[in-house]
Amino acid sequence: MAEEKASKEKKEKFADPAQASADPASQQMIARAQELGIDTAFDRAERLKPCNIGRQGICCKNCSMGPCRLPLPKEGIQGEDTRKGVCGATANTICARNFIRMVAGGAAAHSDHGRGVAEVFLAAARKENDNYKIKDPIKLKIVAEALDVDTTVEVDGEVKDRDIDEIAVETAEAAINEWGKPHGELIYAKRAPKPLYEKWQKLGVVPRNIDREIVEIMHRTHIGVDQDYRNLIKQGSRAAIADGWGGSMLATDLQDILFGAPYPVQAEANLGVMKEDYVNLVLHGHEPILSEMITAAAQSKEMIDYAKSKGAKGIQIGGMCCTGNELLQRHGIPPIGTFLQQELAIITGACDAMIVDVQCIMQNVASVANCFHTKLITTMPIAKMEQENTIHIEFDEDHAMEDAKKIVKMTIDNYENRKAEVMIPNETAIQVAGFGVESIAYHLGGTFRGTYDTLLANVLNGRIRGIAGVVGCNNARTKHNEGHVEVVKELIRNDVLVLSTGCNGIACAMEGLMSPEAAGVYCGPGLQEICETVGIPPVLHVGSCVDNSRILLAATEVANAAGCDICDLPVAGSAPEWMSEKAISIGHYFVCSGVYTVFGVTLPVSGAPVFQDYLFKEFEKLYGGMWDLEVDPIKHAQKMIAHIDQKRKDLGIDKARETLLKDMAESNKLA
Amino acid sequence: MSKLIAFAAIQGGYKVVSSVEGAYNQMMESYSADTKVEFPNTGYYLPIIYSLTGLKVEKLEDLRQPLEFAKKLLPPHIKGRHHLPYLGPLLDAGMAAVLSCEIAEALRIVQDPEFYYPYEDPDLENGKKWLGPADDIILRKRGVEFVDGSTSGFAAIVGAASSSAMAKKIIEEYQKRDLYIFCAASHRGTSIIDQLIEEDVQIGWNTRIVPFGPDITSAAFALGFANRVAMSFGGVQPGDYKKNLLYNKERVLAFVNALGDIGTEWGVAAAGCVNWGFPTIANTDIPEILPTGICTYEHVVANVPEEEIVQRSIEVRGLKVQVSEIDIPCAFGPAYEGERVRKGDLHSQMGGGKTQCTELVKMAEMKDIEDKEVKVVGPDVTDIKEGDTLPLGIYVEIAGREFQTDFEPILERQIHHLVNYIQGVMHIGQRDISWVRVSKSAIEKGFTLKDIGIVLHAKMHQDFGKILDKVQVTLYTKKEDVDKLTKTARAEYKQRDERVENMRDEDVETYYSCTLCQSFAPNHVCTISPERTGLCGAYNWMDCRASYEINPTGPNQPIQKGECLDSRLGQWKGVNEFVYKASRGTVDHYNFYSIVHDPMTTCGCCECIASVLPTCNGVMTVNREYAGDTPCGMKFTTLAGVIGGGATTPGFVGHSKFNITQRKFIRGDGPTDKDEGGLLRVVWMPKGLKEEIKDRLDERAKELGVPDFYDKIADETVGTTEEEVLPFLKEKGHPAMELESIVG
Repeated sequence: MAEEKASKEKKEKFADPAQASADPASQQMIARAQELGIDTAFDRAERLKPCNIGRQGICCKNCSMGPCRLPLPKEGIQGEDTRKGVCGATANTICARNFIRMVAGGAAAHSDHGRGVAEVFLAAARKENDNYKIKDPIKLKIVAEALDVDTTVEVDGEVKDRDIDEIAVETAEAAINEWGKPHGELIYAKRAPKPLYEKWQKLGVVPRNIDREIVEIMHRTHIGVDQDYRNLIKQGSRAAIADGWGGSMLATDLQDILFGAPYPVQAEANLGVMKEDYVNLVLHGHEPILSEMITAAAQSKEMIDYAKSKGAKGIQIGGMCCTGNELLQRHGIPPIGTFLQQELAIITGACDAMIVDVQCIMQNVASVANCFHTKLITTMPIAKMEQENTIHIEFDEDHAMEDAKKIVKMTIDNYENRKAEVMIPNETAIQVAGFGVESIAYHLGGTFRGTYDTLLANVLNGRIRGIAGVVGCNNARTKHNEGHVEVVKELIRNDVLVLSTGCNGIACAMEGLMSPEAAGVYCGPGLQEICETVGIPPVLHVGSCVDNSRILLAATEVANAAGCDICDLPVAGSAPEWMSEKAISIGHYFVCSGVYTVFGVTLPVSGAPVFQDYLFKEFEKLYGGMWDLEVDPIKHAQKMIAHIDQKRKDLGIDKARETLLKDMAESNKLA
Repeated sequence: MSKLIAFAAIQGGYKVVSSVEGAYNQMMESYSADTKVEFPNTGYYLPIIYSLTGLKVEKLEDLRQPLEFAKKLLPPHIKGRHHLPYLGPLLDAGMAAVLSCEIAEALRIVQDPEFYYPYEDPDLENGKKWLGPADDIILRKRGVEFVDGSTSGFAAIVGAASSSAMAKKIIEEYQKRDLYIFCAASHRGTSIIDQLIEEDVQIGWNTRIVPFGPDITSAAFALGFANRVAMSFGGVQPGDYKKNLLYNKERVLAFVNALGDIGTEWGVAAAGCVNWGFPTIANTDIPEILPTGICTYEHVVANVPEEEIVQRSIEVRGLKVQVSEIDIPCAFGPAYEGERVRKGDLHSQMGGGKTQCTELVKMAEMKDIEDKEVKVVGPDVTDIKEGDTLPLGIYVEIAGREFQTDFEPILERQIHHLVNYIQGVMHIGQRDISWVRVSKSAIEKGFTLKDIGIVLHAKMHQDFGKILDKVQVTLYTKKEDVDKLTKTARAEYKQRDERVENMRDEDVETYYSCTLCQSFAPNHVCTISPERTGLCGAYNWMDCRASYEINPTGPNQPIQKGECLDSRLGQWKGVNEFVYKASRGTVDHYNFYSIVHDPMTTCGCCECIASVLPTCNGVMTVNREYAGDTPCGMKFTTLAGVIGGGATTPGFVGHSKFNITQRKFIRGDGPTDKDEGGLLRVVWMPKGLKEEIKDRLDERAKELGVPDFYDKIADETVGTTEEEVLPFLKEKGHPAMELESIVG
């Protein structure tokens, strides 16, 4: 008996590949890792149980009198909730503080990303940096107008187009000002539908600038400051809005100006994109400032020739996580995997370098790389790793091309160091991606008639039941990609058009849901007809996680076309496999913009039932949108559909609209 | 399925654009670059190009830019299973093709200026069956019908029906539904126009069957017509493509019928039409595009049997049309209004100088008449030989609780078009100078004079049921009866004229609005007073009052004129407030009686446009039938483009012909020593117009103390520039020469 017990203790737990991931490529690679004795997040998740109290959001470690843990009694709260921390903070206070600190973390990540873009954009506009140029002058004008920058000048009483360089500089200055301006309010708040903006004004949550709202969260959650969950979450709302309608939106807009607004492209997805006889360069992280340059370098003839001189057939670039999405939507470069596949890409043995910048880089990639020839290159001064084998090449925007070439050359040089054990799973799927707010409008009616009115018309007539934004990460606590794929399939089966970003986008692509052919296989008849008419997949890839602002703007376009607020529309949001603080910030700005938003896996508010109720129910009265949690993917989607149906009913469009004949008297009424 | 259409149509786009480009390049080699390129008598250049891009094509070299624009619109071909989205590209390819089609037609006119016969009706005897682009006169005249609701739109038919009998059937179905039929292209060597000619159907603008041209490129004329309607009546600015196309989607209820094999060129043209919101309904098995969005309902509907295509088409376009089923042996509808009974086809006639023909509507007591009673007193047309004549008296008695004697002339005026609506019967004139011609084909079908009574009874009930309860019609064909009726009628006319003539703006507190054209000119609102009749010539104050009685929520609403702000210029507080509201805030005031000071707005469908001639110190006016140059430097159509759309344009004003001789005509700009002498400012008008209004003009001139005024007004025989006109005016001693400066 004793012997048996000892051997049990010794025996380490491993993830069951078939249970860990819904994706065959990942299953193969998890098994491969186990065969090679390399541990991955899938195995670690088996061994390391999550802290149950942290999971409920009720552990406070904001001062050294704690950490104070206020677990829910097993039988639930009976009568008055008397739980208190040493300072007396209630469960609601602790939970709300923790929650908005997550908002602050997420908003900071997106917004700091945006700031970096704004700085490069300003340098490019001032022509102080010749590595970056304005690629999309049309988008520049749209952004300029949104930032109240004049795009025309009056010369002798005649209105003329303003010099594009002048517009660029002024736009860049206006943009960069948004992070720390001392007075006024976030200019982009007015891009929201008018009723929404007015709602924010009334609630006092129009952000003052981007940074301040994050700083204020840190202040208010310090011990002994804000101790009313309603007031705390109000600041969380203000910071989240500053993210979605500020830092993130500016990041997207300025990236589009610098690198081009997305247009539909065709590409493959999944690990099978990597090629054994090519130099495989994996770009992982979030910021196109880096990946755009490396891509340009890797696609240059000079580098391709160099790769060939080393015996490779060429250079295969693969994007990982949101860098994958950024490269996909602008260049058609295939994404090779979601967040949970980053270690697996190295385990193929064919990854010659993984170049990372910021956000969602698991530290373990360095350890996995150490088992192979793979070079793990960090590039950002704010994101380094302790492992000895990582190489840090600091990416300097002023010498961007130089740095990029250095990195690509290092990758190529590493090709010949490959060892024998290459194993690339033979799994890829084809997708059509690259739907920005502008390109969706174009595809709904061409150069002359492209507007969101077409989309709205089909929402009204019921062919499209509603629109869902499905976004977010992977989470090792749930089966990889299963939530993403099942939620989306259930939605499109019920004629809900899905706009997807982040790792959800990659997951859908890997499942084939982003191919136009998917319409005929997975969709309800109404959505199928629309997809076939427009020639689109039922799941539209609208970018990376910072690009969730595109979903806000698309919803705004539809709301404006309908003459209502976002919360009146049959729309819903979802993050089935979320894990990052960014997801909480995104979820919260969706909710504050009037969208019913359902999260999967877990939500760290269950330990404070009153606060949770406030988010799940009371919020709807304030913002028109509210939070929800549903672990089961089918129920998750069904909850969204129920909400969509309720909105259709409220709008009086729950019954499909019939043909209305019109005579002259009625055309007169139109006038 | 849409993918197949997109695939084929985009190919078609390349084909169309490249063949036009080839033709263009070839022409640039053999013609000088500054060779004039134009559609005849239009102020809208090549109208599709002008309306959508703002480019004014005048010379051969100007075509390069729109051609390059079209080329740039051509999207990549649709490839593979995992294609990129194609709806936007498909529509762009369609537009590229449409633009190229217009260029192709422009090139054709350069090469063969005689190819098209630019009139209302073709000259079949000389083999001129294709009319080509309608000029602006036709546009104005027909546009008014779109504006006032006498037509709802057009069916653009490309190709040919399976047989000429079927062609005739389809066309007649559309005619019955008051639609225009625009025809282009052919199928297996024949066109629907050829088929109709074979069936002896009268074609041309007058029967609403427009033979535009023999090729698919000729379909561009239909779209060009639609875009001109938007610009001239809707106030849409050239280059504002979005507004123009949406205007067409919402207001010009048109669609395409593709009859025959649809090749890639037809396909891409159909895709082009979708940009306008005009769907295609085909009789062949092609892929469909059903969902809503760009068009109001479906985009492409296929495989519709010819027997059902009319009904299906109007459903797809979302049109509500009423077919007036009237129990007579001939077809009936507005489409036949312009149809003529030519000499060779004439069976018999009444009036027209040969015999007396008189018509009269009188109010009767309810108990005295029988509703629906139609009596023919005397011989009928079936009793006489071919070529014979009869006298005719059409006597309509109307009774109703809401009926008033003021409505008599309004109802009487209906007789002209209602009789004309009968296929094979033609009506000219009114009152005691009427003229009815009956064709052999109508007689063959079984037409008798009684049918005139049936039509009048049925239509008057249909259109004026609100104000009448009983209609009794008596048709006299014996000379003594007709003479007796004529005597009564003349006394009646005199009394009526005096009543209207003596009516003064000062005498009434209520004016009427007319927003009939707001479906086309959303910001324009007419105000009609007794002495400022509707500028389209169709409505006077009485008509509006009757119209309001008939339809209290209709386009004619009473306006309490309220406080008078300026009696000489004609401005009232109540009117201003109404106009401000009805024009959606774009116009806050205007004057009834001035051209110089904030004149009334126009939608562009006015009968005449007056313009200040500063050098001549006077005013000219031009009627829309006159196509020539005028001393203000603009033709009617250009003028209409300048002032149409509902904006106040000082120096220009739209008005009816009748208004010229009304006392208050531009009185505000007349001699200061006369209260109502605006007419004396008129220094120029086309000869035809002058002759048309001579009697009334002389009478008014006499009142104003210038009995020979008629001879002092210059016309095109004197000159068409101010410099040519001025010496004439001086020589004749035109009163305007003595007046204070018109520009103040």
